[in-house]
Amino acid sequence: MIRVELPTHLKTLAGVASEVALQLPAEGPVTTRTVLDALEARYPVLRGTMRDHDTYRRRPFVRFYACARDLSLDSPDTPLPEAVQSGVEPFLVVGAMAGG
Amino acid sequence: MNQVRVLVGTRKGAFILSSDGKRQKWQVSGPLFAGWEMYHLKGSPADANRLYASQSSGWFGQVIQRSDDGGKTWQAPGGGVTTGPGGMPAGESNRFVYDVSPDKGKPLTTHQWYDGTQHPWEFKRVWHLEPSLTDPDTVYAGIEDAALFRSSDGGRSWQELPGLRGHSTGPNWHPGAGGMCLHTVLIDPTNPKRVFVAISAAGAFRSDDGGQTWKPINRGLKSQGIPDAEAEVGHCVHRIALHRSRPNVLFMQKHWDVMRSDDAGDTWREVSGNLPTDFGFPIDVHAHEPETVYVVPITSDSYHYPPDGRLRVYRSRTGGNEWEALTKGLPQKDCYVNVLRDAMAVDTLDQCGVYFGTTGGQVYVSADGGDSWSAIVHDLPPVLSVEVQTL
Repeated sequence: MIRVELPTHLKTLAGVASEVALQLPAEGPVTTRTVLDALEARYPVLRGTMRDHDTYRRRPFVRFYACARDLSLDSPDTPLPEAVQSGVEPFLVVGAMAGG
Repeated sequence: MNQVRVLVGTRKGAFILSSDGKRQKWQVSGPLFAGWEMYHLKGSPADANRLYASQSSGWFGQVIQRSDDGGKTWQAPGGGVTTGPGGMPAGESNRFVYDVSPDKGKPLTTHQWYDGTQHPWEFKRVWHLEPSLTDPDTVYAGIEDAALFRSSDGGRSWQELPGLRGHSTGPNWHPGAGGMCLHTVLIDPTNPKRVFVAISAAGAFRSDDGGQTWKPINRGLKSQGIPDAEAEVGHCVHRIALHRSRPNVLFMQKHWDVMRSDDAGDTWREVSGNLPTDFGFPIDVHAHEPETVYVVPITSDSYHYPPDGRLRVYRSRTGGNEWEALTKGLPQKDCYVNVLRDAMAVDTLDQCGVYFGTTGGQVYVSADGGDSWSAIVHDLPPVLSVEVQTL
């Protein structure tokens, strides 16, 4: 089970009140890409809000954190930390700090 | 028809203002989509319960919302929550991709940037939604960077009408201060194949074949600040409006100058007349008097507030040139708000109501064609758009 914490506006858009729990396929890596794929499959309204529809490039003001690390610039195919894969720590989608 | 529903888009959410035909007592609901920029909301003329809304954010991009019950509930078409492990077909209501297909699209070239260099086309947001006059599931979207999209499935998917962006003049279009936005879409009520659009800062365009091909309709416009003041394109048109009974007559608020065309845009003449300044953003036409036109003069392109700190709507009953200031109920001192291009609307009650919203968060109504005004609300976030439905 992968835990995903969304920023407030995306929680509202997806209609969730708290953390999202995702079940990824048993086989295959747990990466930013596979987590976002699963998230968007479950909540199609989130397509395009975190990464481009077609290029899958991360939106400039969206960041990905986990285990006190900034994963935003990592390859989306890099395996996520073990603590995320095991559900101990959440994968954080964060709106970049801006606006004063 | 004895009710009105005013749809207000603001920088931080949307609001719905409702009243009976007297338009004296109002119910305010909202904010809807709190915290998001709501550039525009509009109801379908064919089904008053069908509303469309453009929801956007610098962080999270564009979402299209739809209501089928007059704004009580909303959904992103195609974006519902899935429960099965396999998900569901892609929700594409927020997918606006320029059509570059070799068979029917246009190459994604470049347009002019602020500094005169060429710049790639990039989707930023939906500025304006214009539902079909006859089909609730068909709606046009004017976007930034300027292009026209259409959905024929209730906003679930969107396709570009690439003949517009692909017009041979496209590389000469450039953004206005607010971006290179397609902000106005007008459908000829007597001929659905005829569509008018306006782009800042490219100008006005007309299609006579349902959006497949387009021609610039800017002859007669004169704009300082571009190399050729009478160029075919490059004019910063802020808004155009028409009366449904007479769609060949168009009125335009340009960056500077208020203009009129009597031949569906083929030629224009200035009708600024005695306005204190002919800079402004919105323009609209009385619901029952095709020669009665409303504008809100703004000091200048540098000073986006009313002259002398006095908020005045100007009305012409002669189709332009002769204008009278409408001030009763509007602040006449220390007022420094702006009225944006999509923030004025009229209802169709017997006694035509006129509405506008300000960047100071006020929404004003006149239930007597502009003679007197009152604020429905005083303290909303900056108002981006105002539309009204007569129910």
